[in-house]
Amino acid sequence: MTTIADPHKESFRLSMLLNDTRYRSLTFQFIALVAIIATMAFIGGNLVRNLAEAGLNISYDFLGAQAGYDINQRPISYDSQDTHGRAAMVGLLNTLIVAVLGCVTATIIGVVAGVLRLSPNWLVRKIMAFYVEIFRNVPVLIWILIIFSIMINATPAPRAFRGDNATASMWLFDSIAVTNRGVYLPAPIWGPGSLLVVGVFLASIVGIFMYRRYARKQLFDHGKMVPTFWPSVALFFIPAILAQIVLGSPITLDYPALKGFNFQGGAQIRGSLIALWFALAIYTGAFIAENVRAGILAISKGQSEAAGALGLRPGRIMNLVILPQALRVIIPPLISQYLNITKNSSLAIAVGYMDLTGTLGGITLLQTGRAIESVLLLMLFYLIISLAISFFMNIYNNSMKLKER
Amino acid sequence: MKKSVFLGALTVAGIVAGGASAATLDEVKARGKLNCGVTTGVPGFAEPDASGVWQGFDVAVCRAVAAAVLGDGNAVEFVPTTGKTRFTALASGEIDLLARNTTWTFSRDVDLKFEFIGVNYYDGQGFMVPKELGVASAKDLDGATVCIQTGTTTELNLADFFRANNISYEPVPIETGAEAVQQYIAGACDVYTTDASALAAQRANFEDPTAHVLLPEIISKEPLGPLVRHGDNEWADIARWTLNALISAEELNVTSVNLEELSAGTENPEINRLLGTEGELGSMLGLDAGWAKAALGVAGNYGEIFEQNIGAATPIGLARGLNAQWTDGGLIYSPPFR
Repeated sequence: MTTIADPHKESFRLSMLLNDTRYRSLTFQFIALVAIIATMAFIGGNLVRNLAEAGLNISYDFLGAQAGYDINQRPISYDSQDTHGRAAMVGLLNTLIVAVLGCVTATIIGVVAGVLRLSPNWLVRKIMAFYVEIFRNVPVLIWILIIFSIMINATPAPRAFRGDNATASMWLFDSIAVTNRGVYLPAPIWGPGSLLVVGVFLASIVGIFMYRRYARKQLFDHGKMVPTFWPSVALFFIPAILAQIVLGSPITLDYPALKGFNFQGGAQIRGSLIALWFALAIYTGAFIAENVRAGILAISKGQSEAAGALGLRPGRIMNLVILPQALRVIIPPLISQYLNITKNSSLAIAVGYMDLTGTLGGITLLQTGRAIESVLLLMLFYLIISLAISFFMNIYNNSMKLKER
Repeated sequence: MKKSVFLGALTVAGIVAGGASAATLDEVKARGKLNCGVTTGVPGFAEPDASGVWQGFDVAVCRAVAAAVLGDGNAVEFVPTTGKTRFTALASGEIDLLARNTTWTFSRDVDLKFEFIGVNYYDGQGFMVPKELGVASAKDLDGATVCIQTGTTTELNLADFFRANNISYEPVPIETGAEAVQQYIAGACDVYTTDASALAAQRANFEDPTAHVLLPEIISKEPLGPLVRHGDNEWADIARWTLNALISAEELNVTSVNLEELSAGTENPEINRLLGTEGELGSMLGLDAGWAKAALGVAGNYGEIFEQNIGAATPIGLARGLNAQWTDGGLIYSPPFR
């Protein structure tokens, strides 16, 4: 034990472990530690013994075995001949896709709803309160199921697009098809020279940031207001479109078309992903809205009054004075909302979205019967994702913290 | 001190583990009820009726085993299980017997440490499509969206079938049969695939069953049977021979009508051994002499159970086919009661 580092001259007696306040807490911590280890050892030993009794063992060899099942949404190449390990990776990527989409969308919904809940307009305020209360107080699984079943029943099946008297038609000059199996969008085909167009596009994004920095410098150094919004929009679109025209359209679009049973070509966003994404975003958005509202209310009214006295308009007061301060209150609970989205995405199987729980914790577990191994691995994956989110959000939080000098 | 606590924990763990594998028969008798795992609801096979009483082909196996062991076909606690939860429920001891359209496969028998006690329905995986699609063969399904119950052998068969025929498909994994039907009806998938018997059963509940056809291809062998945990051979014997008793009874023409009459004693020694008026078969199993009579007394023999739940006269309307007695050209065959 580390308690031996004792500066006092008097000799150590055993009774001091209980009677001396310097040692007592350590004694109890040690006893608690031993009790925890003993309990874990008991549970673990029991498990190993029971498994041995049933002739089973703990082994991760199944990850290298052929999976034998297909997955519909594959961010990386995968077919039924690949291994269970690769199937788990596909599931992991699908989890990350829905988690990232959910977090971004929930943040946007949450900030807008949170700000509008404090709107001076009675109707807007009440509508937002209604949204927050109804979504916050019904379990997310119910929302996932409701949204999914509305989607599959309210949108047409692909076969409704067929024939001379089709009951459904595609949108936007026959480029987008909304079906109950998902949304089919045109997908880009990267022809020769498309790298240059992408390069120009990335350069123009860097340009936007540099322009904004320039505008800020102008404001701070010379007190001149340089417009930022429209030049940013122009920088975003015009150089890339010009490059596309000048280089003779290296990027073309692959339009979805009805062939056989389904739309072929283009990119498909599956109904299961949309339902899960939308449900997670709108559910968690309601919580984030409350965080944002709490954050804004935490800023004293004097701040906005002072800003108003300086002649700032309400929009600028919110963006320049209130929100930067409110962020310090908003970010810590926001981290736990992001973790919630990631963990709630494991409800994906309810709509047949093949996430990590659906592949590793679902089909792989059932086909191999390796329940303990699969669940332990599942826990490890979710733990890593959650800790990674916490880590990066904490970095962001520290950068936003009040700098005390 | 740490070491002694650890050793103590190990000792306790050993005792607990030793007690865990006590005889299932004694547990069931002490409990007075059989815990039987069934589906969450497949018409004809296992489904609660209007008054909440479980009915069906698989349910009848549960009731027969309960009657053989406890003398009462109603002494059953039905535990609904999904394709996902069934094996865990059985392995953990939550249920004593799983009678839930479960396919007998090598890995389930050997690797998952279960004991299949026989086959009560020979099935195969089929496809159902809406008639308006005009599909005549499963090989025309290139590019189709297929609804499938996840965690079942059908998922693997499907992948193999489409791969072998070099055609593509889009799987839509679903948790329960009810959800699959909901999506299939809404047109979110073109095809619904599962065991042909379950397809027929679920089609019977559709608004317009005639608008849907079963494709001629049967792409797999699905011998469905009840199963128990590995290791308790006495309990497995009881379940196995209860099922065999139902099958033998049909072969020997022992029905719910003539059961009482025949159990008074007959000229046929095999019937006498089966019904316990001759020989010691009951006590060899650790049961009463009248165990098989009790099992048959619940709903009759195998043929009667079939006709009553899923036969041609029911809305499910399944023909005996492979599930006829071997004497009628089917595969249903019981070893002799001797």
